[in-house]
Amino acid sequence: MDLRVPEQEKAFRDEVRTFLEESLTPEIREAGKMVTSVFAPVKEAMAWQRILNDKGWAAPHWPKEFGGTGWSVTQRAIFAEELVRAETPPLVPMGLHMCGPCLIGCGTEEQQKEYLPKILNGEHFWCQGYSEPGSGSDLASLKTFAEKDGDDYIINGTKIWTTYAHYANKMFALVRTNKDGKPQQGITFLLLDMDLPGITIEPIVGLDEVTEQCQVFFDNVRVPQKNRVGAENDGWTVAKYLLTFERGGQEYAPGLNVQLEKIRLMAEKQQTVHGSLKNDPVWQHKFASVEADVLALEFTEMRIKSALSAGKDPGALSSMTKILGTELLQKVTELRIETLGAQAAIWQPQALVPGDEQPIIGPEYALTAMPHYLNSRACSIYGGSNEVQRGIIAKAVLGL
Amino acid sequence: MNFQLSEEQQMLADSAKRFVRDNHDVEKHRQNKKLMPLDEATWNQFAELGWLAVPFDEEHGGLGMGPLETMVLLQELGEGLIMAPYIATVVLGGGFLRHASDAQQAETIPSLLEGGLQLAFAAEEYERVFTLENTAMKGDVQGGDVVLNGTKSCVLNGDHADQLIVLARTAGEPGDKDGLSLFLVDANAEGVERTPHRTVDGRQGAEIRFRNVKVSDAARIGELNKGYDIARSVLLEGLLALSAECVGSLAVLLNDTVEYSKTRKQFGLPIGKFQVLQFRMADMFIAMEQTQSLLMAATMKLVEGHDDAARAVHAMKAQLGRTGRKIGQEAIQIHGGMGMTDELNVGHFVKRLSAVDGLFGNADVHLMEMAKSA
Repeated sequence: MDLRVPEQEKAFRDEVRTFLEESLTPEIREAGKMVTSVFAPVKEAMAWQRILNDKGWAAPHWPKEFGGTGWSVTQRAIFAEELVRAETPPLVPMGLHMCGPCLIGCGTEEQQKEYLPKILNGEHFWCQGYSEPGSGSDLASLKTFAEKDGDDYIINGTKIWTTYAHYANKMFALVRTNKDGKPQQGITFLLLDMDLPGITIEPIVGLDEVTEQCQVFFDNVRVPQKNRVGAENDGWTVAKYLLTFERGGQEYAPGLNVQLEKIRLMAEKQQTVHGSLKNDPVWQHKFASVEADVLALEFTEMRIKSALSAGKDPGALSSMTKILGTELLQKVTELRIETLGAQAAIWQPQALVPGDEQPIIGPEYALTAMPHYLNSRACSIYGGSNEVQRGIIAKAVLGL
Repeated sequence: MNFQLSEEQQMLADSAKRFVRDNHDVEKHRQNKKLMPLDEATWNQFAELGWLAVPFDEEHGGLGMGPLETMVLLQELGEGLIMAPYIATVVLGGGFLRHASDAQQAETIPSLLEGGLQLAFAAEEYERVFTLENTAMKGDVQGGDVVLNGTKSCVLNGDHADQLIVLARTAGEPGDKDGLSLFLVDANAEGVERTPHRTVDGRQGAEIRFRNVKVSDAARIGELNKGYDIARSVLLEGLLALSAECVGSLAVLLNDTVEYSKTRKQFGLPIGKFQVLQFRMADMFIAMEQTQSLLMAATMKLVEGHDDAARAVHAMKAQLGRTGRKIGQEAIQIHGGMGMTDELNVGHFVKRLSAVDGLFGNADVHLMEMAKSA
């Protein structure tokens, strides 16, 4: 057991840094600094994806034959860390991280050839049609129905919390094709165009006044059966394949460390009657408490990488990271607004829109604090709420 | 000991309840995507209902009431998330006017009672953790005048205000309680530059710059360099008022969450049937009741002049920060995606609680103040 970094990894890190230094445009950097969500401003995120794709780095986690990089687990982690450190806008994940892997694992060769290159170059902008108004935590109870008609399905129903549906030209969706038997067994995975007749998109304004989510309505929408991924009624298997593909999942610690460093700098600027807030024992105690949790998570994530590199199943460890990562992110955003006091209450969401020229009121570093705090409350709700995640640990890991 | 409302207090609560029922204000928050002018219709209604007169002496045309009645009123208004700048103008502004000279009072109070005067307390400063003694903005004493230079931040109601109560350092260094002075300054005076902004809770504040603003002796409230005690006593009442309003908001958040959990079904059951959520809502309830208890403790101690009154007010503000965070976060989580929308009440109450925690010192600041006053 050791923490030594091999020379070739250092060289790889340098290569990534140099590339980022040379290829990030001022607009993309600016957008990255203003991110208050897991979803970045679309225009800049897509511009950044095209730059990465030209280099062949848009989807390092994909197998090489489909356009991946063929990097090791460690190289991929280094790459992800460097993106976070440079504060690049996160890439829109629905195509690259959700639909793409499902197609790689379960799509036909024809589907892979048709869709994967367009996911990489951004020509197709995907959204995910999973949740419904009555089916959130209990996703398998979904009711949007696809009825067979000749070579097509006719879809009726509604999807909600469909991130960026108002920007998307494609959707991958779970629909019900069989109402009998276990709910998981009557679900089919379909690909569809967002401009089909019968689709209506209603944007939902979030409490941060940003429109990320939408509700999508289907009124007799006709989708060819060849757009099905996997077998009919076997869509649950396709959706679950994603979990296998991204085993180990997203890494949270690098981003959290970047945030903590920023908070430390902010605290240094705040004056108490005894000097800088950074030297205030109460603040230090709070900061250190979060820092300790982040350090622990960093090494939990390293244990996962180590297991994966050795070809082992990290199992229980990866079930924990969604809970830990999201709740620590929430803690970090909370620490930030607490560090800023009343300055965090100044509300100027227009200043977060890339290209806005109006002068900022108050310290610029306070600008994203409150929107990020508010937006991050969603992290413990989406992608399987943290209650559902704890249920999985209790059942699958602890055998309860 | 008697924790029942008097007949007068009950009438005040009832009229506020009716007002909230008829004017529930969340819709205003939802439309409020830009800076709003003062809602004069609502303010005039406040005047007609006599609410602007609550904390003023009868000799000034007031109702001669105090923090207890303010608590009763604001707790009800908090349930409706009513945005009118009552705390800025009546509780804080009015509080300072009670310490003002006869001439200042004659010039301001009648107009305030009629609804024709807005006030704001300019206290917070950028990059300074708020306590009164941490005030750094300079007032240079030049003969009989004082010249103000510097910037005040996050001034609630700052852009609507006709007069500002400015806390400035006329002697000593940040950390000194001595050397603070208070001035009643015309908001449109030469050298006063206001930049209005929205606050996260849908209200409005302002950054206010003072460039060589000359104020005379007559503009001072209290003695030169001895403003701390007045500022502190008014601030304590302001903190109580903010807390009372937010306790009303906590009750709504809890109630909305419990009701939602009874109707929202997942896995074939209302989610309120799941023990994990039941325990968390029970904890929300306990936290809310504890906060209500502290509110009553602090208010009665302050009104009756107990030695530990200030300590109880600091406890209250700290508890509000922590409880507001906990109940707000749980309310969103239990509402799921719906809790993240602009459409439901939940987010608007959470944003109000988040703003209030940051104002005039957050939970950490007030726990330390409490510890120091032990």
